[in-house]
Amino acid sequence: MKGVRHYPGFLSITLLCLVVLYGPLLVVTAYSFNGSTSITQWGGFSLRWYIDVFTGPEAPRFRSAAWNSLTIAIMAAISATMIATAAALAMMRAGRFRGKSLTFALINLPLMVPEIVTAVATLIFFSMIGLTTGYLTILLAHITFCIPFAYLPIAARLQGIDDSYEQAARDLYASRTQSFFLILLPLMAPGVISGFLLAFIISLDDFIITNFVKGAGMETLPTAIFGSVKLGIKPNIMAISTLMLGVSVLFVTLSYLINRKGRQSP
Amino acid sequence: MAFPLLLPTWAMIGIFLLLPVILMAIYSFLTKEFRGGVVWEFSLAAYDQFFVNRGLFGDEPATLEWTYIGIFWRSIWQAIVATTICLLIGFPTAWFIATRAPTTRGVWLFLITIPYWVNLLIRTVSLKFLIRDNGPLNEFLMGLGVIDSPLPLVNTNLAVQLGLFYSYLPFMVLPIYAAVERYDFAYSEAAADLYASRWVIMREIIMPIVKPGIIAGCILVFVPSLGAFLAPDLLGGAKTFMIGSLIEEQFRGSLGNWPFGAAVSMILMSLVLMALLFYARSMAREGTR
Repeated sequence: MKGVRHYPGFLSITLLCLVVLYGPLLVVTAYSFNGSTSITQWGGFSLRWYIDVFTGPEAPRFRSAAWNSLTIAIMAAISATMIATAAALAMMRAGRFRGKSLTFALINLPLMVPEIVTAVATLIFFSMIGLTTGYLTILLAHITFCIPFAYLPIAARLQGIDDSYEQAARDLYASRTQSFFLILLPLMAPGVISGFLLAFIISLDDFIITNFVKGAGMETLPTAIFGSVKLGIKPNIMAISTLMLGVSVLFVTLSYLINRKGRQSP
Repeated sequence: MAFPLLLPTWAMIGIFLLLPVILMAIYSFLTKEFRGGVVWEFSLAAYDQFFVNRGLFGDEPATLEWTYIGIFWRSIWQAIVATTICLLIGFPTAWFIATRAPTTRGVWLFLITIPYWVNLLIRTVSLKFLIRDNGPLNEFLMGLGVIDSPLPLVNTNLAVQLGLFYSYLPFMVLPIYAAVERYDFAYSEAAADLYASRWVIMREIIMPIVKPGIIAGCILVFVPSLGAFLAPDLLGGAKTFMIGSLIEEQFRGSLGNWPFGAAVSMILMSLVLMALLFYARSMAREGTR
């Protein structure tokens, strides 16, 4: 009986939901191809603002901000993924141990503390130990808050893998290291990759914590965009936004496909 | 075996988050230095500034200070409204997705989650671009003849609520979806056989069963909305000043007041902890039932 699942109006609300979620993004994407210098008037299709992003007067600023964002995101995601993989192995495979629930709370702490509070606390900490705010402080803060995002898919994946694979390997005289790298890691790979991708996106996305710990003169893409937007939304900002939107959609799609493939295979 | 594997996690989160939060608690009891930073002298000045009004020159009898409590109250209110809008839109959406065929569900869910992974700043800027006074939305509505003059949306409470809703909607949809997906439709069918109408079934049977998902969704939207910075800062004006901006202001340049910023952060964090405790307790109650 299908009737009890159907509620009138729910389809329209779902469609409304999609319109609200995608509307602003589609409008900005469309206007990023606007040939006019005014953001209100439509001046025909053109790529001039994309060219402006790469060669215009603000190009050097955006280029260095993009470089900082990208390198920080890559390093933060790699570090957070390695740390989270180790943590997931301990949490999922080491049985019960003292402090397990405390460790679980600690892993989830970055998700529970409001971002602005994390930002304040981190700034206070760095200023107290006398570390000059800049690239390094951003990186350390990013690794920390990326850990739970990397941990979640890795732990979920590990939970679904029966430990008989590792036991079989150990029975056949594989060392711990061998059984991890040859057996467990390939099985975990989809979880590890989506953990990495999520951590990467989360790092790239962060504005408020970065804004607190970046120090003077240092910019990442979000802080550079925020600085420009404060003076008004210009067409080149829409071109940059569309480029970043494309990168995000690409990464999420990759993560989705890898996860789906991973679920089908073992 | 567990210890060496967990050491990096303990070290990173312990040193770069737990320790800083403890330090922040200490800072909120220190004396402010004028160029930003603190003097290591115990003081209750930060909390005093928050709660107590002694008049412009500090010589009047102490009364309750309403400025900051007002900002908190406004933030809580904005977060409640945003959570309610998310629930009203998110529940039907989650329900609709969870009742699709298993193969198409994944695609729907994917569509709902993509925007969440798009940079929050970019989403907020996009929304501002769309709803600004001479923006595409107003032009579209005026072109249709629905309105004669542009709707002043930016710098209003509504814009901030819309921004928060737009930022955190997927947080509402996902847990409700998970709850509805586990729901056994045999209950609905049994009730329908006994002549219960659709909406009676929804209210009397489905709602109590999927309640944990609804509470989880509300917490996941409410908590980040409360401390949000981007939506109120970009979409709101002076009249929609929220906690996030109040805290940010205390650390901006040399005009700031670090102990006060730390104290406001402490108060915000206690509110969030209370919301999380409420969540944990209501979940425990659901579990024992």
